[in-house]
Amino acid sequence: MTTVAAKPATKPATMAQALGRALRDSMAEDPSVHVLGEDVGALGGVFRVTDGLAEEFGEDRCTDTPLAEAGILGTAVGMAMYGLRPVVEMQFDAFAYPAFEQLISHVARMRNRTRGAMPMPITVRVPYGGGIGGVEHHSDSSEAYYMATPGLHVVTPATVADAYGLLRASIASDDPVVFLEPKRLYWSKADWNPDAPQAVEPIGRAVVRRPGRSATLITYGPSLPVCLEAAEAARAEGWGLEVVDLRSLVPFDDETVAASVRRTGRAVVVHESGGFGGPGGEIAARVTERCFHHLEAPVLRVAGFDIPYPPPMLEKHHLPGVDRILDAVARLQWEAEN
Amino acid sequence: MTVMEQRGAYRPTPPPAWQPRTDPAPLLPDAEPYRVLGTEAAAKADPGLLRRLYAELVRGRRYNTQATALTKQGRLAVYPSSTGQEACEVAAALALKERDWLFPSYRDTLAVVARGLDPVSALTLLRGDWHTGYDPREHRVAPLCTPLATQLPHAVGLAHAARLKGDDVVALAMVGDGGTSEGDFHEALNFAAVWQAPVVFLVQNNGFAISVPLAKQTAAPSLAHKAVGYGMPGRLVDGNDAAAMHEVLSEAVARAREGGGPTLVEAVTYRMEAHTNADDATRYRRDAEVDAWRDHDPILLLERELTERGLLDDDIRRQVAQDAETMAADLRERMNQDPLLDPMDLFTHVYAEQTSHLREQAAQLRAELAAASEEADASEGETR
Ligand SMILES: Cc1ncc(C[n+]2csc(CCOP(=O)(O)OP(=O)(O)O)c2C)c(N)n1
Repeated sequence: MTTVAAKPATKPATMAQALGRALRDSMAEDPSVHVLGEDVGALGGVFRVTDGLAEEFGEDRCTDTPLAEAGILGTAVGMAMYGLRPVVEMQFDAFAYPAFEQLISHVARMRNRTRGAMPMPITVRVPYGGGIGGVEHHSDSSEAYYMATPGLHVVTPATVADAYGLLRASIASDDPVVFLEPKRLYWSKADWNPDAPQAVEPIGRAVVRRPGRSATLITYGPSLPVCLEAAEAARAEGWGLEVVDLRSLVPFDDETVAASVRRTGRAVVVHESGGFGGPGGEIAARVTERCFHHLEAPVLRVAGFDIPYPPPMLEKHHLPGVDRILDAVARLQWEAEN
Repeated sequence: MTVMEQRGAYRPTPPPAWQPRTDPAPLLPDAEPYRVLGTEAAAKADPGLLRRLYAELVRGRRYNTQATALTKQGRLAVYPSSTGQEACEVAAALALKERDWLFPSYRDTLAVVARGLDPVSALTLLRGDWHTGYDPREHRVAPLCTPLATQLPHAVGLAHAARLKGDDVVALAMVGDGGTSEGDFHEALNFAAVWQAPVVFLVQNNGFAISVPLAKQTAAPSLAHKAVGYGMPGRLVDGNDAAAMHEVLSEAVARAREGGGPTLVEAVTYRMEAHTNADDATRYRRDAEVDAWRDHDPILLLERELTERGLLDDDIRRQVAQDAETMAADLRERMNQDPLLDPMDLFTHVYAEQTSHLREQAAQLRAELAAASEEADASEGETR
């Protein structure tokens, strides 16, 4: 007798779909969750993350706003003051800049200004980063600006499951979260069962995506797949690279990162935003402060160049790729040990 | 005595009589979009101008279809077509004198070309080889602007500066209906009116901001009405009527040049294609709506007028079509050549003088490129 194999519980899902599902589940569970932004209604957002929400929850819960980022975030502040939980979409990284005034002067410090009386449970979703051939103003990595602003959480998923789990946690957070969506991973797929109960990931915990003994690659968001590829390539040369995915830049998971670097004694921080004044400088300093006696080499950074984001035909020369990561690993001089 | 009773006893002196700062009536736009073609006003229009507009519209349409085709062949990263809006684009360019400035948005490549720039260099941003393909100072055309409405304050500042210097230069700034919701739009109009800067703001109201219809963008009677609140005249024009567009913009430019201050012009038009090739317009509008605008096509309107007045024969028609075809063929051919790119250009124009860290990064890239080409040479040697 033959038995029919059970249908696999998982099917390929994209990061964009997982994000959409997280919005939907949050809205279904909590009537105070409202989505607002440009083109989030009938169009479902330019990346289709909000697809179907207006239909399911009505235009009062998923609202096409006038085209004004300062207005979108500013009205979200008032909505939050009145007890709603707004999730706003900024269409592209560089189009969030008109909203900076609201973000920095109000969203980030309202809790502090009001001695805790007025929290700001706002999630600001920002598609960010390059690698999609976008024209000018569609590829910025703006995380350093957000990280430098006290009062904001800064979260960035790199996997389909994390996109869901971290967005759920961000919306549930009583503090404002800048939720950075690596737009070149929107269409990355993973086996994911949208019908099964999903894990909600707490904000602020890094994970080791790949164990290794020779050195640690510390990364997040769009650079994670690049680091995993570099680690795979390094294996052929007998190098074991551990890859840590930060997932959250604020708060920063010092424990996971330091534990990894203590094991390996060497670290490279990888991100595509500029290196000067960028996230890597902060991360390298923290690692050095905690692991100085364990380090066999200085903490290195592999970052985008310190230039305005280049036109798409030149972006491949700008974005940190596998070779640049392997070069940095070679500079750690760990061969002497192995 | 209660407080209310005490209040009742108190008789404040009335405030000084209130006067509006400006009489709003002359600033108000017409109730209907202003039209020339198909009306009596058309008889007065200069035949030479009408023929010129016709040739530019046909050329513009051909440019739009060619650029759209280039996106399908992967030669352009993206193209926001202005098909259906050519009359606005062409009029914007032709209303200006050479010394004037144009501040276009990403959709206004055609205005840039109609102003006389090389069609290929006008497409550089959208092809992706560099952000701006021309020298703005040489042509007096600002870079095509992607963030919405942010070029409007620039236009005001430039026009103001020109006036301070005693130059009779006018700036014409273009923005979409969606862009009028941005804070920069408000700030630009307010500065322009307070400074009486020689600026013309042209809003192309094409019905949508990507997927969002005008009704969700504004509750104003028209976008032209917004002018009144700033203290400048608002003009409402049929944006598919090239003659009306040219007349209204030329008037506004002349007024600005003579020290009459800014004008807000709203052109009522329609976006016939999707927002860009990356957009799915079926999600937010019906074909019937698009079809309703086909009869009001800017080329059709002008063609009817010219034919009626006997200003258009088959020879002219053929000649115009042929010129447009020549332009398109040239564009196609030159766009089909890969642009020559030097990766080292990444570092060339970040600062006037390269910083030490950029010099380091340039050296790193140079070494990487040398290593890559050595590797390529070596593997070529092996296969030989
Ligand atoms: C500040 C800013 N926010 C968002 C965008 C993304 N975006 C590009 S075009 C567009 C719609 C613009 O509509 P409209 O102003 O009506 O001009 P049209 O495209 O119709 O010509 C949007 C939202 C942007 N370019 N800049």
